[in-house]
Amino acid sequence: MSTVNNLSAVKPKSPWKSSPKDRAKEAAIFFGTIAATCLVVLYSPLSGKLGLFVTFFFLYALAEATSSYLKFGAMTAKDSAIKVFMACGAVLTVLPIVSILGTVVLKGYKGIKWNIFTNDMSLATTTDPLTSGGLLHAIVGTLLLVLGALILSVPIGILTALYLTEIRGRFSRPIRFLVQAMSGVPSIVAGLFILSAVVYTITKSTSGLMGSLALTILMIPTVARTSEEVLKLIPEDLREAGTALGGTQWRTVAMIVLPAAKSGLMTAVILGVARIAGETAPLLLITGGGDTLNFNHFNDPMGSLPFYIWKSFLAGSEEANTRAWAGLLILILLVLVLFTAARFLSTRKATR
Amino acid sequence: MQTVPAPREITTEPRRSDKVFRAVVTTGGLSSLVILGLISIFLGYRGVGVIWEQGPSFITSSDWFVSYDENANVVESQFGLAAMIIGTILTALIAVVVALPVSAAMALFLNFYAPHWLKRYLIAIIDLMAAFPSILFGIWGFLVLMPSAEYWAKLLNKYLGFIPIFDVPVDIFTRSPFIAGMVLAIMIIPIVTSVAREVFSQTPLDRIQAAYALGATRWSMIKSVVIPFGKSGVIGGAMLGLGRAMGETVAVYTVLNIVFQINWQILFGAGGNVASLIVARFGEANLYEINALMAAGLVLFLLTLIINALAELIVRRTGASGR
Repeated sequence: MSTVNNLSAVKPKSPWKSSPKDRAKEAAIFFGTIAATCLVVLYSPLSGKLGLFVTFFFLYALAEATSSYLKFGAMTAKDSAIKVFMACGAVLTVLPIVSILGTVVLKGYKGIKWNIFTNDMSLATTTDPLTSGGLLHAIVGTLLLVLGALILSVPIGILTALYLTEIRGRFSRPIRFLVQAMSGVPSIVAGLFILSAVVYTITKSTSGLMGSLALTILMIPTVARTSEEVLKLIPEDLREAGTALGGTQWRTVAMIVLPAAKSGLMTAVILGVARIAGETAPLLLITGGGDTLNFNHFNDPMGSLPFYIWKSFLAGSEEANTRAWAGLLILILLVLVLFTAARFLSTRKATR
Repeated sequence: MQTVPAPREITTEPRRSDKVFRAVVTTGGLSSLVILGLISIFLGYRGVGVIWEQGPSFITSSDWFVSYDENANVVESQFGLAAMIIGTILTALIAVVVALPVSAAMALFLNFYAPHWLKRYLIAIIDLMAAFPSILFGIWGFLVLMPSAEYWAKLLNKYLGFIPIFDVPVDIFTRSPFIAGMVLAIMIIPIVTSVAREVFSQTPLDRIQAAYALGATRWSMIKSVVIPFGKSGVIGGAMLGLGRAMGETVAVYTVLNIVFQINWQILFGAGGNVASLIVARFGEANLYEINALMAAGLVLFLLTLIINALAELIVRRTGASGR
């Protein structure tokens, strides 16, 4: 009886996991380095944020290396030092995004007032106090521009993806290549192209539709590539089953493949929208950038959030800057919401 | 007597609905070809006159001016892109030189060092950063990064000023190609990181385990297995980033001082970029100058197309050899 109890009392060991003692040592090294960094920065010519950062990482690498050297020998010392530099790369990547998000929220929230959602800038200039004017026209404009681009680019993008995954014709390789090349087209070139091909040739005037056309060019590659990835994940069995039941390819794709890929395709569309929502350069050329609330997509200058931000930023005064940051905050919230929706849809699909 | 239905003829010919379906999908699939073709045709159609008129000086000269008489007829004009093209390449190269080590370290950290929970958040953050609008990077770069970057530029100039590219003729450190390069670097880090992560994660597991079994530390495993395997893929990713950095407009326009003069000294506040030239001149340009801007757009388009195609070829080749 007692032996059985003893047996069951043995705890499984996991020697690869760090023991509390190891963790304490790690923490001691970490905080010790912070203290040492402060001392070095205080009592040496090194100064400022840059000095702190560099000193900290060198000292930390040194401390980690020494601790490994004492424990395991020379080989691991190098390993530990390099581990610290890899982590430094991660910190350097995350720092700007933290700074960007922090700045936008801190500077932007001051400009968020109720009246900016109900007014446009037709009676105010960008340098007026924040209580007059607003960015209703910009929000409406961005929504219309994105909607237009959505209607045009989603069918083309998904058809391209279907060609690559369902037809798999002779042109598959070159088309995949061209889609990739298209995703690298500078946005300003898309704007110039619409200017040359449509504005000067056909319509002779700028309007929201022109902006939508340029955004379409930028959105197609994102939608096509993401949709292709999604459609590739649909099991081949489903297509074979559809054909075996006597379905034509058209019916198999329309009734089986596309419904099965629905949430993935939604993700593709949302990522495409996130890609173009803040696109600025082409809109500067071809939308006219009006200050008045405008629901007519085919005529008259069309405002948009990026254009509003751009105009306010160039105006340069304190109020104008606050307007620009408020616009950026709204734009970034839009991107964040879209992005979260895309991730939510795609992870839900993965866990199902 | 029962009638036997006539035997069905067996054929591989698709039905009419399928023919229509295939035709529609193929047309949609070819749209990317059509759009890219149309872009070059229409930019060429507007721009080729200017290129023809200017001859080789369109690429080699760096003056950009046009003057009109009182009837708005063009009296004299000179459109030269040399300074802008060099500025484009310079800022993009600075961006890649800064972004490549950081992205490679980040990708290795994600694949081989980060604990699982951290990895998930970091990937989400990088993807989010890739979706940030470029105007955000531009304004943040101008108002937040510029003061710090100016200080770094002064340090570089003080201690490394004997190297020609870190020298400055006059002490003007704001709005320099260096700062534009830093902003571009931050913009392309997510792209380069996600390509590098993808390539590194394709490293065959058996080779990694073999290296560990031979007693390698994590770093010697990475050095002898992961880096040789992923090297060319990461270079391809860096070239994708280069292409993106060369086409960037708004972010560069906000932080760079556009001067029509070739400038190699990266810390000095003068430079240019073809894309931001287009935005800078567009406002006051008349039809004649806009044709010149279209020609500049064509040059930029072809430049980025070549870089992207090369990058894609390199990445594709690595991906194929890894499987």
